[in-house]
Amino acid sequence: MIHISKRGEISAGKALGIRLLAIVIGILLCSVLTMITTGIKPVEIGKAVITGSFGTMRKTWIFLQKTSILLLISLAVTPAFKMRCWNLGAEGQVLIGAMAAAACMVLMEGKASNGAVIAAMTVSSVLAGAIWAAIPGFFKARFNTNETLFTLMMNYVATQIVAFFCVEWENPKGSCQIGVINQKSNLGWFPQLVNRYLLVIVVAVVAVILMYFYLRYSKHGYELAVVGESERTARYVGIKVEKVIVRTMLLSGAVCGITGLLLVGSINHTVSTTLAGGQGFTAVMVSWLAQFNPLAMILASALLIVLGTGANELATSCGLNASFGDILTGVLIFCIIGSEFFVNYRIHFSKKHREVKANV
Amino acid sequence: MEERIPAVAMRNITKRFGSVVASDKCWLNIYRGEILAMLGENGSGKTTLMNMLSGVYFPDEGTIAIDGREVVISSPKDAFDLGIGMIHQHFKLVDVFTAAQNIVLGLPGKLDLAEASRKIREICDRYGFAVDPDQKVYEMSVSQKQTVEIVKVLYRGADILILDEPTAVLTPQETDKLFAVLRNMRDDGKAIVIITHKMHEVQDLSDRVAVLRKGHFTGDMLTKDTNVQEMTNMMVGRPVELNINRPEPEDPKPRLEVKNLTVRDADGIAKLDDVSFTVNTGEILGIAGISGCGQKELLEAIAGLQPTETGSISYIENNGEKEELIGKDPLEIKKMGVALSFVPEDRLGMGLVANMDLIDNMMLRSYRQGKSLFTNRKAPNKLAHQMVDFLEIVTPSVETPVRRLSGGNVQKVLVGREISNAPTVLLTAYATRGLDINSSYTIYDLVTQQKMRGVAVIYVGEDLDVLLELCDRILVLCGGKVSGIVDGRKTDKREVGAMMTKLGGLQE
Repeated sequence: MIHISKRGEISAGKALGIRLLAIVIGILLCSVLTMITTGIKPVEIGKAVITGSFGTMRKTWIFLQKTSILLLISLAVTPAFKMRCWNLGAEGQVLIGAMAAAACMVLMEGKASNGAVIAAMTVSSVLAGAIWAAIPGFFKARFNTNETLFTLMMNYVATQIVAFFCVEWENPKGSCQIGVINQKSNLGWFPQLVNRYLLVIVVAVVAVILMYFYLRYSKHGYELAVVGESERTARYVGIKVEKVIVRTMLLSGAVCGITGLLLVGSINHTVSTTLAGGQGFTAVMVSWLAQFNPLAMILASALLIVLGTGANELATSCGLNASFGDILTGVLIFCIIGSEFFVNYRIHFSKKHREVKANV
Repeated sequence: MEERIPAVAMRNITKRFGSVVASDKCWLNIYRGEILAMLGENGSGKTTLMNMLSGVYFPDEGTIAIDGREVVISSPKDAFDLGIGMIHQHFKLVDVFTAAQNIVLGLPGKLDLAEASRKIREICDRYGFAVDPDQKVYEMSVSQKQTVEIVKVLYRGADILILDEPTAVLTPQETDKLFAVLRNMRDDGKAIVIITHKMHEVQDLSDRVAVLRKGHFTGDMLTKDTNVQEMTNMMVGRPVELNINRPEPEDPKPRLEVKNLTVRDADGIAKLDDVSFTVNTGEILGIAGISGCGQKELLEAIAGLQPTETGSISYIENNGEKEELIGKDPLEIKKMGVALSFVPEDRLGMGLVANMDLIDNMMLRSYRQGKSLFTNRKAPNKLAHQMVDFLEIVTPSVETPVRRLSGGNVQKVLVGREISNAPTVLLTAYATRGLDINSSYTIYDLVTQQKMRGVAVIYVGEDLDVLLELCDRILVLCGGKVSGIVDGRKTDKREVGAMMTKLGGLQE
């Protein structure tokens, strides 16, 4: 007989063990799947995944940079999630932040110094992201609207705004793309820190540390956790729930705005409708996988980036369809998320059942 | 006593939750044609033991025999198949369905509501229930919902019934009705177990009583052979004094003045209608009334959580200066220097954060202190430790989420935190609801200590015996109106009871 019961406390070591075991099982499953369907040795697949992210120095830097961007968006959605406010609008908040930065670069060309442009970009990106998140936040606080739908809809609005300006400011004419902005003057291009990748990484590291302390030790972090756990208790102790909801969404959006700023100012120097590339949604998974712990998010986002890059690498090096990589990623993530069941519950097997069944 | 085969024989039942042993080698016999009362302090493992019988939990060790045959109960369905049905404290009904739909929900076979209604009426007639099979659950009172739960269990053929604190949510009249039904069922040969804290119910209803203490079975006996003092001592493990100390109020001065207060709910129904009274320092003002007569609205209005229509609530300073509280939110009331402490009736839904540990819950009231952006966990940590020692809160550590604590300990955490603020006004609603006798007396003691410190205490209670022993004055609410204010030392149960059901009580 199989019997399931909820675990009481579980030691951190044991929980980690279960999760690691889940990854091992996931890798084994992927290997078997690959062998059966393609005949390619799993070792080859593994190699491709590793070289995808760490094959060369440049690839490693890109890996770190990509991880940083995903990490930043994950950090952004986390305070809202901890408050049980399902901000699924990171995609749009990043986009609108990026659009604001790009607009500064386009409009201020030849009119201001590089420093002034970068300052204007920063302010407008942060504001744009924050406002984009605060609108659904305000309506949730004031009228208890559903933030999930509202933030999703805001994504479409942001995408369409970007699409509009892609036509408005297209370069070259007829391309329907903005193209690299200020390619000659480099106006509004962020300065390089050692190389073109490091700046984003540094920002992400600082953000992790700040967010960790904000959520864990600050009064704001405490308030938003109380609001998330029980709105009635929050009101009872005099927390202004509406204020906390709007404030937290502002923060969530502002961090998304910063991410958009980095994508434009430091990485792409342009903006397009696919700039965020679905990472606003991947970030939801990262945040949950890490159970809202900013430190754990470093690992979670790195893992997802390695898997994603690996899938692309597979497509080229082994001549497989990129979708095959996605299948493997899916299997692995299924195992990782599934392992949470075993962290929370215990399964008992008892032999007694058969004997007794005979009596009944 | 003659040798009978028990309907249920639990032997050496052990259940652990992590490192906590909830049941430790428990024995229990349940007989047919008998009402067994399960007594025990909060967290003594009564509910856990019964949950193992009804298939919610699975014992780590031990055996269960039904009518002398050993069985394995691994799910609620197994329990049902063996004729065991449990009525939980929290009802498990679908609001938008009718009674009949809820009762047949999940049963195999063809859906024949007409036939089901007929069978339900048959059960009702047999035991004296009043259930309309076609009434929707959301239109029902708490007592009616409970009746549906009981009928549901009977409909499925249960002849061993377990009721977990069934009277906690009922008025005295409803309790009497329930007891009459339970006696009918007993006389019909069913085995009935009732988990309760209320001693007079044990004496009133049960034939046998089983006592648990800290997960151990301490013994069972016939109810007629024992008394309240003996049962309490067995529960607590040492002799306990069951007296409430009621010193005369010292130098009472008006502290809180409520004038012509009217509150309407969202549907425009008056929950409080022209309520006026004064609370003095150093006294306990009891609020009596059938539940839902405006007690909740009254306390929440004072605490700044409930919008009011007309009237005023003024706080009177030591120098006689009055401050209006209406229109201010809880934080503003606090900032004005008005120390109000509010112990709400819904402990985990409002008052504490279930998933946070004791320290974080201590911090709820005080975390704003200081200019730092960061919270200071040192003081709450110390407070939590003090409270665990002083109030004898049973918890693995101060870093345990409060949802893991038993009801009595949760209440101690909440009351302890509220009085640690050194309030000048203390509001409590059903402070001992669901608490065992020993914890209840600890709470009465704490409240009285606050009164002796000069705090103006408003105590909303449901147990008239306690109100009469504890309070200096008792305000009786009836349908949102003040039915009268009486002297706690001079009145009696009959007078207060009459005022609860009829405005003005006996005089009219």
